[in-house]
Amino acid sequence: MTEPTETPGKVPENALLLLGCPEAPAQQAIALYMAHQFRTHGSDLLITGNPSVLNLLRVSDTEKHYIGDMKVLEKCIEEIVEKRRAADLCIVCAHNDAAIAYAATMRHLLPQSRLVVIIFGKDPEPLAASIDFPCEKIVEKAVHNPMQLKAKVNEVFGWAASRT
Amino acid sequence: MGCIENLKYEMLLPLGASFKECREYVEKNFSEVWYVDPGYKLFDEYIIGLPPIALGLDGGKIVFPYTKPCHGTYLLRIEDTDEADRVRKTARKKK
Repeated sequence: MTEPTETPGKVPENALLLLGCPEAPAQQAIALYMAHQFRTHGSDLLITGNPSVLNLLRVSDTEKHYIGDMKVLEKCIEEIVEKRRAADLCIVCAHNDAAIAYAATMRHLLPQSRLVVIIFGKDPEPLAASIDFPCEKIVEKAVHNPMQLKAKVNEVFGWAASRT
Repeated sequence: MGCIENLKYEMLLPLGASFKECREYVEKNFSEVWYVDPGYKLFDEYIIGLPPIALGLDGGKIVFPYTKPCHGTYLLRIEDTDEADRVRKTARKKK
């Protein structure tokens, strides 16, 4: 994991969570967890991804206890390119090459933002090694069980560890 | 995907190609190569990828990487003379 570029506990005003393919269940859990944490800490979080990943969250959190605004990926990128949306913090969940391409795109489009790439899945190390642009990396072998991923996310964002 | 899926395209590299493999393929197999940054608009879609993104031109045909979260990056070829000319006017040519 690279050194954080900002104080871990600093609360971003606007955060963007870009989700990859929902194939790995750990992503859904960590997305809901982070949505809860950002909401609790007073950040506005926009979640973006393809329609399937957003629908998984909508069904999981029907009454929107955790998730807030969501937007389809293409629309979100359009707004960023056209300077109608920005984010202090951008988090990209990546377990395949495509998601790394999205992270690189975010690095280019949001050069001033803190960028954290969460690399997970069965074999995250080669994927993490393929990243050659500036960002913070959270690397964890996680497909079904999100607990170690959660611990690292807590560490990077300065959230108090929970036993649950 | 929006409008690109509705266009008549050829797939040069199939599902599973990495983004870097697509760039290498374009640079190796096309004599006219142009570069753009992520967010460049092509066929009314914003192109995703690691900068610089290589586009191959062959007359009125454009070869470009197209990335989707669940499918990875495809290398597609679409014929559109007007769009190819626009690339020549707005992208950076390989030296």
